[in-house]
This record gives sequence, C-alpha cells and structure tokens, in this order.
Amino acid sequence: MKITFPHMGNTYIALKVIFEELGAEVVIPPKCNKNTLELGTLYSPELMCIPFKITVGNYLESIEKGADTMFMWGGCDVCRIGYYNTLQKDILQSLGYEIQMFCLEPMKNINDVKNFLKKLSFVSGSKNYIKVLPIFIKGLRTLYEIDELDDLVIKIRPRELNRGAVDRLYSSFKEDVNNANGYKSIVETIRRYKEKLLKIEIDKDKEVLRVGIVGEIYTVVEPFINQYLIERLGNMGVEVHRSVTSSEFIKEQLDFIPFLKSDKEEVHRGAKPYLNTEIGGHARHTVGNTVLYSEKNYDGVIHLMPFTCMPEIVAGSILSIVEKDKDIPILKLVLDEMTGESGYLTRIEAFIDLLLNRRESKFYERDISWS
Amino acid sequence: MKEIYLGVDVGSVSTNVIVMDSDNNVIDTLYIRTKGKPIEALKMGLGQMKSRLGENVKVLGLGTTGSGRHLAATMLGADIVKNEITAHGVAALNIVPNVNTIIEIGGQDSKIILLRDGIIYDFAMNTVCAAGTGSFLDRQAERLGIPIQEFGSLALKSKSTVRIAGRCAVFAESDMIHKQQLGHNQEDIINGLCEAMARNYLNNLGKGKELKPPVIFQGGVAANIGIKKAFEELLGCEIIVPKYASVMGAIGACILAKEEVKKRGKTKFLGLNIADSSFNVQSFECDSCPNMCEVVKFYRDENLAARWGDKCGKWSNVQISQNDEKLA
Repeated sequence: MKITFPHMGNTYIALKVIFEELGAEVVIPPKCNKNTLELGTLYSPELMCIPFKITVGNYLESIEKGADTMFMWGGCDVCRIGYYNTLQKDILQSLGYEIQMFCLEPMKNINDVKNFLKKLSFVSGSKNYIKVLPIFIKGLRTLYEIDELDDLVIKIRPRELNRGAVDRLYSSFKEDVNNANGYKSIVETIRRYKEKLLKIEIDKDKEVLRVGIVGEIYTVVEPFINQYLIERLGNMGVEVHRSVTSSEFIKEQLDFIPFLKSDKEEVHRGAKPYLNTEIGGHARHTVGNTVLYSEKNYDGVIHLMPFTCMPEIVAGSILSIVEKDKDIPILKLVLDEMTGESGYLTRIEAFIDLLLNRRESKFYERDISWS
Repeated sequence: MKEIYLGVDVGSVSTNVIVMDSDNNVIDTLYIRTKGKPIEALKMGLGQMKSRLGENVKVLGLGTTGSGRHLAATMLGADIVKNEITAHGVAALNIVPNVNTIIEIGGQDSKIILLRDGIIYDFAMNTVCAAGTGSFLDRQAERLGIPIQEFGSLALKSKSTVRIAGRCAVFAESDMIHKQQLGHNQEDIINGLCEAMARNYLNNLGKGKELKPPVIFQGGVAANIGIKKAFEELLGCEIIVPKYASVMGAIGACILAKEEVKKRGKTKFLGLNIADSSFNVQSFECDSCPNMCEVVKFYRDENLAARWGDKCGKWSNVQISQNDEKLA
C-alpha cells in the first residue's frame, strides 16, 4: 500500500509522521504548483471551489508517483468539503485508477476517535486499534510543533535585521524535514530549527503593524493559493497572526477530552452578537476572530476565502458591520485560479499604507489630547 | 534651469507621464495607450516628454505607479514605487484637500477610496470581475463604431431610459444587443449602459459604505460625462472631475517621489536619456523545484539589469554584475 494525501500548508509533515509510524509507504505529492492546478481544474467540476481542484491535482500527481491509497483530511462536514472525498474518489475511479480512499470525519466524542483509529489500524494491517493511539498522538504532537515553528517564523520575519535571513533558514528547514523520516527525527529537525530561528538577529524595539488573518482554513494555511501572503506581509514588516491553523482545528475537534484546551469558546463569545450558530465552514470563526483581533488592538484584519465559498460570503457580509462597530479595517481577498499577482499586491500594499496612516493619525490625536 | 519631478503610471490600458514643478503645479501631461506593450509605451512616452521639455530642465525625482509600476521602476530608476490606491488618494488630496470620497475607474480596475480628515481610511476594489471598467466601455464603443471620446456626450442626448443589466460584462453586452435589435435609439442604449455601470459600481464597491461629499471622479473613465451624470443622479450630489482626471495616479506618484527625494537627498532616476536606451526581456521557466516559476530577465542596452518572477529569490535576489551578461 502506497499512501498519499493532499497538501494543506505544512500539514503533510504530521501526516507523514503518522503513516510512516504505521509502517506504510508514504508518497508526498510535489508541493502545489501550476501543474497541480492545471490537472485539478481539468478534472474537477467547473463551479467547484479552488481547494477541491488543487487537491484533485495533488492526488493525480501522487498517483503518477505510484500512490494507490488516498487519505483526505476532510470528511463529512458542514460545507462542500463534506463531499470532497466521495466526489474525488468518483472522479479518480472514473479516470480508471484503482484506488482506495478514506478520510478524517469530524470528531465529536470518544467513539468518533475510536472509529478513526480503526481506519488507521487498517493501514498498519493490524486489528488492534488501541496500538494505533500512540501514533495518532505522535502525529498531533508533530502538528503542534510545526505550527509553533510557523508562529515563531511569522513573529521573527518582520523584525529580522538581515533581510531574507528567515526565508533562507526556512527553505533549508523544508529540505531537511523532507529528508527526515519518522517521528523522532522529524520532531528533532523542527526543534533544531526553532533554536536556529531564535538566534536570528532581530530589532526588538521595532514598531511593527499587526494583522490578523481570518477566513476559510485552506486559503489561510496553503501558501500556493493565498499567493504566499503571510511570507509577503512579513517581508513588508508586518507581524501576522493566523486565526485558523491545522493544529487549532484539531484541538477544537478533540476538546471534549478534558486536558485538551482550544480557543473555541472564546471565538464563539466574540461572534455571539453577530452570529451565534454554526452556518458551515469557518464562518463563525471568521466573525469571532475578527472581534477578538479588534479587542487585542490589532491594526487590521485580512479575510481570505475561495471564490464561491458560501459560508465565507455570509461571514463577509457580517464583517462589514463588525468593521464599523469595532473600527478595525478589513481587507477581503477572494482567491481562485488567478496566478497573476499584481492585483493582489496592489490591494495588500494599499491596505498596509492605510494601516500605517491610521496608526500615525492615532498617535497624532493622542499627542493633541495630551498637550 | 527648471527643476521638475516626473510621475509615471503604467496601467493596463494607458501609460501616463506627467511633469510637475517643485510647488506641485502640473506642467505637462501625456496619455498614451499601452496596447499590451508597456515597455514600448513607456519608452515612447518618456521620449515624447523629453522632446517637449527641451534641454533646459533638471529632473529631481521620479515615482511610478500602476500595475506596471515595478517594470517602470526597473526601466527608469524610481525614487518611489507606489500602489495605485495610495497614489490616487494622494493626488486627490492635493487638488481637493477636504475630499471624502474618490471614485476611480480605470482600464481593468475600479476602486472606491474613502478619506476622512485627509487620510485614507477605507478602500475597495472590484473583486473577480472586470465588468464596468474602461476596457469594457472601450469594447462597446468599438462594437458600435463610436469613438470613445464621444460616448459620454451621446448618452447626454438620450430622452428615454433603456435598462441594461450591469452586473456582468457578458450580460450587459447581450442585453445591449437585445435592446438594439428591438429598435431602441443608440443614445438611449448608451445612456442605459452608463447608468448600469454607475449602478453596478455603487452596488459592488460602495455597498455598506458612506459616500460623503465632496466626491471626486477620476481615472480614464471620468472623461465620460454620461457616467459622471449617472453618478450625480444616483448619489444626489455634485461630482468633481479634476482637470487632470485621467492622469491622477501619475500625479500622486510624482508628489510621493518629491517627498521621498526630500528625505533621501538624491534621486535614483537614471536621467531623461534613458528614453534612448533599448530594453529587452527574455523569460524562462526555472526547473529547480515544482513551483516552476516563470522568471523574467530584463536587459537595458544589452546588459542584464534585473530578474524577477521567482518565488524563492534565487534569481531576483542575486546582485547582477555586468559580467553576468555573457554567462546568461
């Protein structure tokens, strides 16, 4: 069995750990690129959202490398991602590939976790799902480690004294982590790079703009589709915070377990005056996190969504009210197969100019009221 | 010797060059069609401007804006490279200091910029569709065989209303054809199109925003008085179309360049003679990783001047020495 899974940012590192520890042969698709997009759009329904198309591309590129079993990280859920796996299996099989597909269903109680472990144990060929539990936990730990590293990267990048130092370190990290195998060696690589990152020279007193990213998880986490937004903002001297990440998503799924804590309740509290129920996707989070960012005095918020994403369209309409209520600027970016960057760059640059101007004028107002 | 500053706006449809003196007075402006060839257009624009200015001038600074701003900056050497939104805001503030709303419609973008107390506090740009921008109007004018300059005045001659769908360029065009086959007057149809564009703009970009006067209308489409009138009717206030409405982006870039040069003390502009240089581009697909970036190599007078288009910085970050040329 050669197992593969679609890309979503750095999630592949944790998935690689899980499946390698289970003893399966793992095929990692090439990182998302033009060819992935090309293949994906060719075989996907035209009106489908972009994460579907790119993940189809990922599968096809993996199949070319010999993969025969697909793992999809999204199962029956409250937006279109709920039927990604079924439809994708159909598409791949009708193309004549003899493949199997299984997926991660939302977990709401211990029984759901058990069912998922059973699915995993089928990969390792054993029937004892209890044996799989430690491996699942190793995967989760890797996911936390990698997201911690990424959080550190986006904190340090805008403050680096030597331009490009973080990006250079990060690309060598990518190379090393891809060459590492198994939990121990991968986590060790992540930690080693964390230490290296902390040694990068930074300007501690630099006043940086702080921007929060909200929106649909795939567009936030996958750099190929958000046009490397987070890296770009960092290099423009902006500290970014991602409100949705793979590790936070998993934490929220599993927070019925007593020792696991997530920010879910806090996010729901923020969203409550505007949206007090789940309407699908990450809509409630988008609204809630925007409110939380304004409470934490962030300079602005960027709202990312795939073109035609219904939950985010609803959240977007609500955000225009939040924007006024909380006096926090919001930039909405709709992402699809466009690879021309200039339109996005113009909007991002103008947004940063706007945030800088607002910050300056706020200082100015304060000066006046003091004198 | 006259001391001047230059502003360059390389847009999708037009390339604009403007000249200002040290007191922010516009001395000369130039509006030429980009025609899909920004390098040639800019070279021609600068060349024309150079001969118009004569010998007795000294360029103290240059700023670029527009979707081709980075290309223009590499060609000419710019003191500042600014996005169109900020550039348009700065220019409008220079002409109407208390402006609260800017409507800007260009070749493929339309923008709304809201200002309060002299700072930009909100903006929006058309998202995934280019309906209701200059290039669509251009195409319709061409289809009807009317020079685009006369489009607006024809709309003013309309006596009865014909409703055209404005949400999508494809819908609008088929609606126009349908109305024309029903026998409606051409001026009524054109007027309907102007109204549809204004309505679409306000629904799309202005939704949920407070559009307070004074309102400035700028960008290439501002020359169309039919659309200006439609906006006035929809907003119920006077719309100011500045004298240099079509080149406001370049004016903004010029003002910003002046400020930048004041801070830094000297200009990066390579001189007006750069218009006589030859510029060439070559591109290739980098095969170092699955990204397969399309890398552009830019040559000034046969010398490699810059490379861009890569995501990792392998090509663009490397300092280029003159010897590299032979290797490349």
